[in-house]
Formats: sequence, C-alpha cells, structure tokens
Amino acid sequence: MTATVTGTADDVRTAVPAPVPARRRRQWRHRGAEAGWAYLLIAPTGLGLAVFYLWPVLQTGYFSFTEWGPFGGHEWIGLDNYRTLLADEEVLQALGNTLLFALLGLLGIPVAIVFAALLNRPRLRGVSVYRALFFLPVVTMPVAVAMVWRWLYNGDFGLVNYVLSLIGVEGPHWIADPATALYALVAVCIWASLGYNIVVFLAGLQAIPREYYEAAEIDGAGPVAQFRRVTLPLLSPSLFFVSVLSVIGSLQLFDLVYVMAGSGQAARANPAMPRIQTVVGLFYDKAFYTNDRGYAAAIVMALLVLIVVFTAIQFRLQKRWVHYG
Amino acid sequence: MADRRRMTGTHLTLLLGATVMVIPFVWQLLTSLKTLTSATRVPPTLAPDWRWSNYTAVFELLPFGDQFLNTALIAAARTAGQLLFCSMAAYAFARLRFPGRGLIFGLFLSVLMVPPPLFVIPQYEIMADLGWLNTLAAVIVPGLFSAFGVFLLRQFFLGLPKELDEAARLDGAGPLRIYWSVMLPLAKPGLLALGILTVLASWNDLFWPLIVNTDPEKMTLSAGLASLQGQFQTDYPVLMAGSLLASLPVIVLFTVMQRHFIQGIAFSGNKG
Repeated sequence: MTATVTGTADDVRTAVPAPVPARRRRQWRHRGAEAGWAYLLIAPTGLGLAVFYLWPVLQTGYFSFTEWGPFGGHEWIGLDNYRTLLADEEVLQALGNTLLFALLGLLGIPVAIVFAALLNRPRLRGVSVYRALFFLPVVTMPVAVAMVWRWLYNGDFGLVNYVLSLIGVEGPHWIADPATALYALVAVCIWASLGYNIVVFLAGLQAIPREYYEAAEIDGAGPVAQFRRVTLPLLSPSLFFVSVLSVIGSLQLFDLVYVMAGSGQAARANPAMPRIQTVVGLFYDKAFYTNDRGYAAAIVMALLVLIVVFTAIQFRLQKRWVHYG
Repeated sequence: MADRRRMTGTHLTLLLGATVMVIPFVWQLLTSLKTLTSATRVPPTLAPDWRWSNYTAVFELLPFGDQFLNTALIAAARTAGQLLFCSMAAYAFARLRFPGRGLIFGLFLSVLMVPPPLFVIPQYEIMADLGWLNTLAAVIVPGLFSAFGVFLLRQFFLGLPKELDEAARLDGAGPLRIYWSVMLPLAKPGLLALGILTVLASWNDLFWPLIVNTDPEKMTLSAGLASLQGQFQTDYPVLMAGSLLASLPVIVLFTVMQRHFIQGIAFSGNKG
C-alpha cells in the first residue's frame, strides 16, 4: 500500500482527489477560518438567547432578593421574599394545586396508550382520520379551547350538565365550585393533550418490530402477556418522554386557568379560585397585576426548583424501568 | 370470526373517543350560530338560528381585524427568523469544529430547561427600556431565537450523510456555501417540521403577548379573546364565533398539512 506517510488523517482524506486550487483548500482547512465561520453562524441565536433568555434568568434570580417600589426601582432585602413565601397561604395553596394538576394530569397517559394501541392494529382503516380528530385540540388555540369548555361547563346552560340531567344528576357550577373546579380543569388538560400523547406513543409502537409479537405468540403469550412483556418495555422510552413532558407542562399551567377562571377582579370574585390558582397564575398576578416583581421572582424561582427536583426524580427513576433498545 | 369482532370493537372504541374529542367543537360551531336567547334555553336545542351576525359582532367587540393581522405577522416573522437563525447555528454545531462547541451547545440546551416565566420580568424591562411595549417588535424579537429549533435541526443535520457536504468541501466550497446550497435543501423536511411547530406555537401563544401588549390594537388574537372573559355580560354565541374564527387558520393549516404536522411532532417527540 502506498500512501503519504507524513501528515494527518485529515490530509489523507482531502489529499486524494487533488484538482482543487491549493490556496482555497488551505483557506477552508485552516482551523481558525472554520471556527470563525462557526462563531459567525452561531452569533445571531447565541446573542439572542444570551440577551433575552440566559441573562434574564440570572436577573430573575437576583430580583428574587429585592423589593420593588411602587414607582420603579428596587432594593436588596436578602432572603425576606423567601421567608414570606414559605409562610404565605396563597403561595402554598398554589404550589399544592399545581402539584395536584401535575399528578392527576398523568392519568391521561394510560388513556393515550390504549388509543395508540388500538390505532396501531394491523389493517385498521381510517387511522389518519381518527388521528386527525384526536389531534384537533392540540392545534387549537388554548384560549379558544378554554372558552369552549367554560361554556360547556356552564352551570345553568352548559352541555355537560344537560347530559348529566338526562340521567337524573344535577351538575354543579363546575368552574365556580371549589369542590369540582380543579378536577374539571384536569379533565380539560387531559382532553387537550391526548392527541399529542397518542401521536408520540403511536410512533413508539410503530417502531416495535412485528417479529417480536410473532415470537411471543409462538411462545404461547396471550394479548395481555404480549402487552406486558413486549409492548410496555419497548414503549418505555416514549412513556418516559411523555411523562416528563406532561409533568413539566402541568407545573407551568397558565392559559386554561387564566381564561376559564379569570384573572384580576374576575378571579377574586370566583369562590373556587384558591383551589385552582397555579404557581404561574399567581406569578402573573403578582408581577403584572399588583407589580410586586421581587416577590413574583421568588415565586417563580420556587417553581424552577420544583421542576428541577421533579425532573431529576424522574431521570433517577427511569434507570429502573426505561429500556433503551 | 373473532378477528372481525375485535376489529368492530376497536372501531367502536375509537369512534367513542373521537366523538368526545369533536363534540366541543361541534357545540362551539352550533352555539356560534344561535341567538343568545336560544343558546341559553333549557333544555338546549341543537338547531342553530343561522345568526351569522355573531361573526360580524366579534369585529365590533374587538379590533379583531388588527389582531388577526398582528397574529399573522408575528407568526410569519418569528417563523422566518427561527428557520434562518436556527438552521445557521444547527449547521455549525453539527458539522463545524471550533473551540467551545460543547460548552456553547450546553448553554443553548440549558435555555430549553428553563420555564418561560423566569424570563419575562427582565424581558419586560428590556422592552420598556427600548420603548417597545405595545409594538409587534416586542412579541417578535425574543421569538426569533430558539434553543429548541437549534436542537431539532442539529439532530436533523446529524442524520444527513456526511459524504455530500464533504464532496462539496473537496470541490472548494466554503462553509457558508455548503450550508446554503447543500445542507439547507437537504434539510427541507426538518425545516418544514420546525416551521409548522413555530407557526403553531406563535399563533397560540398567550403568556408573553398578554404581558407586553396591553393596547387592544396591538394585541394578538389569543390575548384579545382572553381580554373578553370576565366582562360583565358574557355573550356566549359571539365568544364562540370569535374563538372559532381565531383558531380556524391553524386548524385549516393542520388539515392541509396533517402528515407533516404529525411527522414534526413524532420527530421532536422521539429525538427531542
């Protein structure tokens, strides 16, 4: 074998077809030039993310140790916001509500798996029609979704209570009743995200080779055993992804509550509000309604801690049950 | 045959589920064509009164035309910006070698993990300082940059065969030329996926537009509609007409491009 012995592997690769003018080749191979181009290409997004996202996170962290005056300006007050926060009934209640939203929201996952499994049946007709219908709420503006459901849940004229009345049940004022408001909202969250979860699960299911099921069948495994021994383990990466995303999404719930239960004056008039106020809703209220931005920053830092802890727990637990093929 | 029966059962279950998904939209449409009196009748009636004037009433209640245009302009600008900027950065991360690549990419990814409420107070301050409150620029500019978009397209670029850009390299093409004439055309499905997801996210976004634009004429549709709730008199037929009009463009886009939508979601779902 004859080869140029001197030089690096890169030289060998680029040296084989050589009719390129030497000067241009050197220019491109020159590391400094390549790095220069790279920085230039990254610069717009890099600067944008730094100015509008990374630096603001640090600033929010700083603001959480300050108090804002009514006419602008803020002063350092150390840990005071956090001390207030830990004893603030309103904040603790919002944290509790948000955790409940996140936990109950997970109930949508088994439903999504069942529908995805049904859609994954071989020779099923109309898959794309079903998928489109399930997906409709995912693409619909959340504000519109919230308005429609507010109307459906209406205590006097709502469709939900009418259907219940047909079987002799007198439905409550769902969104204004402290006993039902949270569950009514959870149902909407599950309904709205079902299509997204189905699509992710369906993609996961379609990636499982049919031969695995055939082999399981030869071994005498029934449908239930096949689901437990083949489907679930191989679907576990999708399951992990969806549950992490679902929890992170629920912890940041805002739009639905804002539109369905109101904000500002309207929210204060709703007797169920303390039971459904979320952390982000409370943050919005403090930061942009009562202009208590230092305290709002502390609230949202608590949310960040919550998200980091929950995601870390999920990543820790995944080692026990998630199988990557 | 047992298989036949099982198939029927499958269809029945799916139909039941699909009905639950669709009924709210059907009810929205029916209500939007009723008078307030007939919408609040007990027991409710199915038949609409064909009151199309509910749809024109939306334009009297809100500067709906302005808000529609705002929403469309913002979605278009954010999408165009992200497609360009994200693909540039994604190409650099996927194909070029430079000091600090891992560190910078890590910083980009860290943005992905931070919830939006952590950005908005300082972002609001920036907009106030620039005098951009109640302008479209306030909504557009932060939305031009996306860590998610960079991540998605980088994954896509990494999946493309290296031989093609190496061949171009040997022909003497520079990085910029390779990015523009080789990588971008190959990345069309990835760009389409990101474009669709960005239009969707931008059109439906409420939180930031609500904070930064409080003048009804500068609002997006989401914020405009949300501002109607809590008003003393709730005219549900008009609200239903408005919410239907506001969500219709994205629903139409979805219906036309269903396959790409689903692929985009599945792609980001399995790689992101």
